Amino acid sequence: MERIPILKMGRFLLVTVQVDMHDRLAMTLQDDLTGRIVKDRAHGVLIDISSLEIVDSFIGRMIGNIASMARVLDAETVVVGMRPAVAITLVELGLSLPGVRTALNVDRGVELLKGCIEERAQGNGHVAG
Amino acid sequence: MEKRTKLAEIVKNQHDVILNDWVEFQLNATTLRRDLMKESELREQSREFLGLFTQAVQSGSDIGETIWKPVKDFLGQITRSRVLLGFTPSETATFIFSLKQPLFDVIRAAVKDPKDLVADLWTTTTLLDKLGLYVMELHQQNREEVIHRQQEELLELSTPVVQLFENILALPLIGTLDSARTQVVMENLLQRIVETGAMISIIDITGVPTVDTLVAQHLLKTVAAARLMGADCIISGIRPQIAQTIVHLGVDLSEVTTKATLADAFMIALQRTGATVTKSAATKTKG
Amino acid sequence: MATLRDEIYPIRSSDDIVKVRQITREWALMQTFSLVDQTKIVTAASELARNTLEHGHGGEVRIQALQEGSRRGLRLTFVDQGPGIPDLAKALQDGFTTGNGMGLGLSGSKRLVNDFDIHSETGKGTTVMIARWK
Repeated sequence: MERIPILKMGRFLLVTVQVDMHDRLAMTLQDDLTGRIVKDRAHGVLIDISSLEIVDSFIGRMIGNIASMARVLDAETVVVGMRPAVAITLVELGLSLPGVRTALNVDRGVELLKGCIEERAQGNGHVAG
Repeated sequence: MEKRTKLAEIVKNQHDVILNDWVEFQLNATTLRRDLMKESELREQSREFLGLFTQAVQSGSDIGETIWKPVKDFLGQITRSRVLLGFTPSETATFIFSLKQPLFDVIRAAVKDPKDLVADLWTTTTLLDKLGLYVMELHQQNREEVIHRQQEELLELSTPVVQLFENILALPLIGTLDSARTQVVMENLLQRIVETGAMISIIDITGVPTVDTLVAQHLLKTVAAARLMGADCIISGIRPQIAQTIVHLGVDLSEVTTKATLADAFMIALQRTGATVTKSAATKTKG
Repeated sequence: MATLRDEIYPIRSSDDIVKVRQITREWALMQTFSLVDQTKIVTAASELARNTLEHGHGGEVRIQALQEGSRRGLRLTFVDQGPGIPDLAKALQDGFTTGNGMGLGLSGSKRLVNDFDIHSETGKGTTVMIARWK
């Protein structure tokens, strides 16, 4: 069965979504990713969606779910590389992905994750946004 | 049915006479644009049209029928070229209307019975009127397309996104914002964010006279879209009246960073991107 | 208004949703839609195709490329013979969901297009028509 690969980058996991995601694939990714967070003891998840030409409410919900589940498993999620047209459409659709962190590209995403984790390590458990 | 066949027959038999007369009429018409079109070109167009017309009219004079499609397509072609050349609607329509006289002449010569003559003339005039109106409509449509394209080009021009500093963009908005313009502006900004990797964009509305609900909503949507992409926006230059309007309209800007001036917004943006501004020693001693 | 192209595609499986997205994208390109317009109509198509599959138990989509004067558009009509929607007004509200969605399918799609029309009859099925003009 088709699967979206999950790469390990130090304490982070990187998922690059490169195919037109159908619903089953999205569900599999959700399962795989939560499994890997626990197995690899990951502290952060980067989801690179720069290749995605659309994000509908189903995929949006999946991203939101992954972020929530990851948080329960003590990992932060950053969605990177959303295209302008996709962002405009998502806003119009009424989906603002509350609680999901975002970054322009993978490098920025890594910086953001490092920042979050440092913050947490310093003991102030506040997570903004 | 008989009436149609008459017209069809006459047109077919008198093809050369009609063509000659028609071209003559067009060349003598006040609407002729020798500056824009060569005589040979006009002759060629007339010849081709009359050929298609003759063919179509054999099956009847209802231009809604598919048999008339080649005629209409051809008219579409020459109308488009004339619009681009700068012809006025009447100059374009003369092409069709000037065919009336030559057709009337040959019909008058061929039909002897007064009743038949009236019927044939009536069919011909209605047919040509329809084609003439069709050309007018096409002309207008083409003009609208030109205007539409120019509007789009203007929109592109009126929305400069400037880079103020590493990681900081500014979008100074000037003039009235309607829905279409706001949309183009916003798309431009988001595109530039991707290209430059800017973390913060300042949308400055100092030059915007009024903000209505729709514009305010567009601004909010842009801020939300930028956030989804991983960038922040600051709205600056909100004048007192606009602040009042925004509150009266019930638009919630609490999620958005707003600053009174572009300068304030720039300072905040510098802070957030980790840059600091200090006055040089020389300036300090002067101050 | 002239119809430039007119085709019907089935919506029977989750893969068909992907196919509807791809076809809508292709047609939007053919109609020279801007990137944002393409994305909006494709996203709306994805939402409605999923509705047809999940709530209507499958059906089909009719896709039409239109031209009216200098305007070009795409019209998509989703038809199913499913259970229908008992309370349309409610179904069109943001956040209304029958279960596994976020409740943005109908109301969200409506915001992504220029024309929106829905007919539903309990026990007979639902028809949703959307159109976007460039």
